[in-house]
Amino acid sequence: MAKIEMKVNGRAVSRDVPDATLLSEFLREELRLTGTHVGCDTSQCGACVVHIDGKAVKSCTALAAACSGSEVTTVEGLANGGLHPMQTAFNDNHGLQCGFCTPGMIMSGIDMVNRYKAAGRELTEEAIRHELEGNICRCTGYHNIVKSIQDAAAKM
Amino acid sequence: MSDGIGARVKRKEDKRFITGKGKYTDDIRVDNQAYAAFVRSPHAHAKVVSIDASGAEAMEGVLAVLNGAQLTGDGIGNIICGWAVTSKDGSPMNMGAWSALATEHVRYAGDAVAVVIAESQSLARLAAEAVEVEYEELPVLVSTLDALADGAVQIHENAPGNLIYDWEIGDAAAADAGLAAAAHVTEMEITNNRLSPNPMEPRSALAIHDEAEDHYTLYTTSQNPHVARLVLSAFYNVAPEHKLRVIAPDVGGGFGSKIYIYPEEITCLWASMKTGRSVKWTSDRSEAFLTDAHGRDHISTAKMGFDAEGRITGLKVDTIANFGAYMSLFSSAVPTYLYATLLSGQYNIANIHANVRAVYTNTVPVDAYRGAGRPEACYLVERMMETAARELGKDPAELRRINFIQEFPHETPVIMTYDAGDFDGNMDKAQAAADTAGFPARKAEAAARGKLRGIGYSAYIEACGIAPSAAVGSLGAGVGLWESAEVRVNPVGTVEILTGSHSHGQGHETTFAQIVAERFSIPIENVQVVHGDTDKVQFGMGTYGSRSGAVGMSAIVKAMDKVEAKVKKIAAHTLEASEEDIVIEGGEVKVAGTDKAMAWHEVGLAAYLAHNLPEGMEPGLKEGAFYDPVNFTFPAGVYIAEVEVDPETGVTEIVQFTAADDFGTIINPMIVEGQVHGGIAQGVGQAMLEGVHYDQDGQLLTGSYMDYTMPRADDLPSYTLEHNTTVCPNNPLGMKGCGEAGAIGTPPAIINAITDAIGTNDLAMPATPHAVWRALQAASVATAAE
Repeated sequence: MAKIEMKVNGRAVSRDVPDATLLSEFLREELRLTGTHVGCDTSQCGACVVHIDGKAVKSCTALAAACSGSEVTTVEGLANGGLHPMQTAFNDNHGLQCGFCTPGMIMSGIDMVNRYKAAGRELTEEAIRHELEGNICRCTGYHNIVKSIQDAAAKM
Repeated sequence: MSDGIGARVKRKEDKRFITGKGKYTDDIRVDNQAYAAFVRSPHAHAKVVSIDASGAEAMEGVLAVLNGAQLTGDGIGNIICGWAVTSKDGSPMNMGAWSALATEHVRYAGDAVAVVIAESQSLARLAAEAVEVEYEELPVLVSTLDALADGAVQIHENAPGNLIYDWEIGDAAAADAGLAAAAHVTEMEITNNRLSPNPMEPRSALAIHDEAEDHYTLYTTSQNPHVARLVLSAFYNVAPEHKLRVIAPDVGGGFGSKIYIYPEEITCLWASMKTGRSVKWTSDRSEAFLTDAHGRDHISTAKMGFDAEGRITGLKVDTIANFGAYMSLFSSAVPTYLYATLLSGQYNIANIHANVRAVYTNTVPVDAYRGAGRPEACYLVERMMETAARELGKDPAELRRINFIQEFPHETPVIMTYDAGDFDGNMDKAQAAADTAGFPARKAEAAARGKLRGIGYSAYIEACGIAPSAAVGSLGAGVGLWESAEVRVNPVGTVEILTGSHSHGQGHETTFAQIVAERFSIPIENVQVVHGDTDKVQFGMGTYGSRSGAVGMSAIVKAMDKVEAKVKKIAAHTLEASEEDIVIEGGEVKVAGTDKAMAWHEVGLAAYLAHNLPEGMEPGLKEGAFYDPVNFTFPAGVYIAEVEVDPETGVTEIVQFTAADDFGTIINPMIVEGQVHGGIAQGVGQAMLEGVHYDQDGQLLTGSYMDYTMPRADDLPSYTLEHNTTVCPNNPLGMKGCGEAGAIGTPPAIINAITDAIGTNDLAMPATPHAVWRALQAASVATAAE
């Protein structure tokens, strides 16, 4: 068993879990934060993306034990009661249909906007499409996801 | 009304999804929950000699290991195909036995032979690996073409030669005569590649057995929970319908693959009774590739004849459809009534004949996937048209135009009656938006950059709004395909809509509410859509075949008609006016042309107080309706793709994609556009990226996202969408449906564009860079040889 101590969505948590517990499993099954989804088993689909210490990470690929001591933000923790501009943009631009990939898209979208802003680079449509390499959506054809991220980038 | 028909209302359901509060099946956990893992055959074809579960059973935390003999011994029925298709010689289709857990034979790699129930998912999976199954391997059959060959291995005893049916439609002699009289005949072999639907949410089931009540609850990833309950009860004998509740909560996409009732749901229900524990199973992606029904997989030859002016004189098609190892729920209908009936396309063709043979192979079952039969028909017809235009030296748009059906209703020789359309108008809109006139200049500019630029058309038509019950019944369907709705007006005037349609991304909670808000002149926030639970909604046929608008919403309209009639009676009585003078507008129920009015909620309250109702009127304000469509609906459109091919590498970029669709009345353009975007992406996937492959031993080679190419954001362009509207005359809102169009219309447009660019018609899907490069090389070798 591994002792996990981390801050999740601003709250300190402490749990003993089997060594092999993935972060995605820890969030979903231990903390019951089921907004983080698992859509594949090869780290391709990105439905499980969360932020660890401010960086986008696929939580199905990280052992919970390896993240002990970190600050983790999931889609549930983006805004206290309100909505993050990225969440609003997905609603405004019809950036989701079935909603399953959406938490990962939102977390990746925020991360890419933050990185491009920090580097002073323009987040063009082409750049967004390239940055979404690790997030698969089967419903939207990406058209409105790209628009959502562009929209949010202008407001973040 | 700003939230009514035609308004781009933002989706009411989004908030829970963007905040991570959606409730999908795997998010649900109940007390005493245990976990299932399936022991699956590693062989594509084998006899099961023995199963030794002792090692697994001895593991701490393993609750049970159950097998097929126990399952069938408990009377659980075999999995059925629900549409009986009769061969042309009058014989019934040859349906092989399919048990949820195999007993003596396994017929595809992934076929389940046993299930482990354990305290955790990881333990269940470990224990499943500890179950030792001895197999006697049998020869394996994978290829569609090999299935009918002499001496091919037999997959089911009751399907000699692996033939499920040999079916035909149309008049063979007339088609032959049409071809014989033709000035030119275009002939092609066309393969429609096998696909994996891949909704992002993997399938999942949670079965709960209440021993005291002998009652079951199943949470499941279903597009049609009522059909699931019916089939689980009537055919699989899991529990009688009144003792089984099926809930399909938030469902993360379906695309057809979640219509069917799979072995895992049946097994979880049965195992919950056997073990006295609630049983959850959630597929991982590998298991999804291995077991979710695949789509398409046709091999066809086709001949299309033209007279000297380019008018089509006849079409003859011979198709072999691969059904995989077992007949899935709607498999039989896909290459027959959903495919061959659309082979007339948008064209006036007097003589058509199609022959379809369905075969077994040692692969996962094949069933409906977005479009289901109609993409296969469209791909065939539209590739034929483009190829014919090239052979005849005609402009491909003009060749289509001179053959377009102009008058409606139009009866095709393949039993469809198109009710409305404006095919030239669709073409006009598409050509204008795509600036086809400017293509030669763009091609020249691309050539200057060393790129081969091509343009491709597709004029698709589909039959949606599935379907008139009596008509499909006469063709062998085991169910009626109506839809039900209930409209409940509460005493405070808020409204609940209970619908048998199921939303798994389509946005029903918004669009269904829009038609109610408009009709009753109430805020959309005051309307709640309830679906997906057999305890709440009495019955429904679910969502597939672009039927939720044309059929599901029509049922709501029918129920609203009844509510409105009662509302007017109450208001007339209260306001001492004539019923005919009552109108509903501005949030009020009033006497037209006067200031006599009741607020909408006052009518609701009056209905429930029942202190002063018209004589003999029952209290309450709730009405239900069943709506049975009188015909299919016929969405149609023109798609134009422009691509650029790098001749050095075969890498192909879609540089422009235009879709002009006629969906009839549109309730929410934003949502409809989203449906088209997604459909186009899946069409691009089929055309350029996706393909399921098995090796000769029946091992799945494309079993993960490392191997099966899902369309990603940078594989796709932004799309240009246009709408042309002819109203459907056969349903109250004039709707045709929009869910499948993109997946149907796109593949031929893309392949026609690529073949235009590279100058050869000989290119199969998926047109990967390698395939395009090879086609280019073959074409240049052929040219050099001339």
